[in-house]
Amino acid sequence: MNQAFLDYYNLQPLLTAIHTWLCGFMPEGLAIFLECVVVGIIIMVLYAVLAIILIYMERKVCAAFQCRIGPNRVGGKGGLLQVPADVIKILIKEVFKLKNADQFLYGLAPFLVILASILTFSCLPWHNGGEILSMNIGILFVLAASSIGILGILLAGWSSNSKYTLIGAVRSGAMLISYEISIGITVLTMVMLSGTMDIHGIVTSQANGWNIFKGHIVAIVAFIVYLIAGNAEANRGPFDLAEAEQELTAGYHTEYSGIHFGFFYLAEYLNLFITAGIATTLFLGGWMPLHISGLDGFNAVMDYIPGIVWFLGKTFFVVFLLMWIRWTYPRLRIDQVLQLEWKYIMPLSLLIMLIMAVCKVYGLVF
Amino acid sequence: MFFTFLVVAILTAAVLVVAALTISKLIAPHTFNPQKGEPYECGIPTRGQSWVQFKAGYYLFAILFLMFDIETVFLFPWANVVNEIGAYALVCVSFFLLVLILGLAYAWRKGALEWE
Repeated sequence: MNQAFLDYYNLQPLLTAIHTWLCGFMPEGLAIFLECVVVGIIIMVLYAVLAIILIYMERKVCAAFQCRIGPNRVGGKGGLLQVPADVIKILIKEVFKLKNADQFLYGLAPFLVILASILTFSCLPWHNGGEILSMNIGILFVLAASSIGILGILLAGWSSNSKYTLIGAVRSGAMLISYEISIGITVLTMVMLSGTMDIHGIVTSQANGWNIFKGHIVAIVAFIVYLIAGNAEANRGPFDLAEAEQELTAGYHTEYSGIHFGFFYLAEYLNLFITAGIATTLFLGGWMPLHISGLDGFNAVMDYIPGIVWFLGKTFFVVFLLMWIRWTYPRLRIDQVLQLEWKYIMPLSLLIMLIMAVCKVYGLVF
Repeated sequence: MFFTFLVVAILTAAVLVVAALTISKLIAPHTFNPQKGEPYECGIPTRGQSWVQFKAGYYLFAILFLMFDIETVFLFPWANVVNEIGAYALVCVSFFLLVLILGLAYAWRKGALEWE
C-alpha cells in the first residue's frame, strides 16, 4: 500500500484545520456546537438521500428480475421522481390514534427503530478519517446498537392492540434474535483476522489485501454466512415472513399509518444499506482500494480513486447481491427459518470461528 | 469526541422523527370517525381480547439466544488478542465452547429446536 495516498485522502487534517479556523474568531464551545449541528445535518441528509436511492434501486432491480420495466411515468423516462412523489404522498396521510392501544409505546416504537439505524449508520467507515462515531470497540457498538431495533419491532407489535401485529412481532423477534448470533460469531471471526475491534483499524488492517482474500476459504464461508444472516436481520428476502401479507397483512406495522409507517419503511431500507456497509467493512476492505500484488501500475491507478467512491461502490454491490437473493428465492416458513439458523448456520459459524482461531494461533495461514 | 457525537446522533434521530411528524400534522387532513380506532381485522369487528396467547416455542428460542449471545460477548476480548496469548487461551476457550455446544446438543436432543 502506498502510504502517501493513505495520507493524501485523509480527512482528519482537514477537519482539524476547519476546527482551528473556527476557533480563531469564536469561543471553542460555540465552534464545537456548530460542528455538531453540521454533523447532525449531514447524517440526516445522507440518511434521507440514501433511502430514496435505495427504494428506487429496489424497484428497478426487482422489475428487471421479473422482466418488467418498473417505475417509468413520474418525472420523465426513468420514473426518477416516483420515490419523492411517494414521500409526499406518505406525508399527507393522516396519523390517527388507535382505541385501546398503549399510546406511549405506540409512539416510541418508530423512534427506537430509527434510532437503532441512525446509530449504526453513523459508525460506517465512509472515508479515510470520515467515520462519524469512532471508538476502540466500534464493531461491538454496532452490534449493540442494532439490537435496539428489535426492541422497537416488538413494542410496535405489542402496543398496537391487534392480533396480526402481535403475531408478526413475536415471529419477527424470534427470527431476528436467532440470526443475531450468527452475525455476532462471523464478526468475531473477522475481528480475530484483523486483530482489532476499531472500525478504522479493521479497514487499515486490510491495506495489504481485503479480508475475503486474506482469509481464504474461511473468510469466504464467513461472508456467505454473514450475507444470509444479514438478510434475515434486515427483515428481507426469503426471511420476510414477519410481514407475509397473505397471513399477517403487514406484520408488526399493520396498525401504523402515514409517516409512522414511513419510519419503519425508511429504517428497513437503511438497515439493508447498513448490513451491506458492515459486510464491506469486514470482508471487502471498507474504503481500501483494490490491489493486486505485482501489478504496480494498476495499484497506483486504483490509489487515485477516493475512498468514498470505493466504499459506496462496494456497498451498492453487496446491496445488489442482497436484492438478487430477495427477488429470486421463495419465502420460508417460520419453522424452516429457525431450524436453518439453529441446526445449520449457527454450528457452521461456530466451526469457522474455531478454524480461524486455530489458524491464527498456530500461524498456519494469513 | 465519541460521546459528543453519540449525543448528536441520538438527537438527530429525535429531530428526524419529530420534524416528520410535525410536517405531517401540518399538511395532513384530520377527520374523526370511531371506526378508525378499531383494530385491523378482515372486515368484521374483532372478537375478544387483542392481546392473545402465542406459542411458547418463541420463548424457548429466546432462552437459547440468551446463552449464545452472552457467549459472543465473552469471546470478544479473547478474539481481540488471540494472536498474542496463543495456544493456552485457545484450549481454555475450547472448554468454554464445549460446555455451550453440549448445552445446544442437549436442547437439540430434547426437541427444543423442533416446531410442532
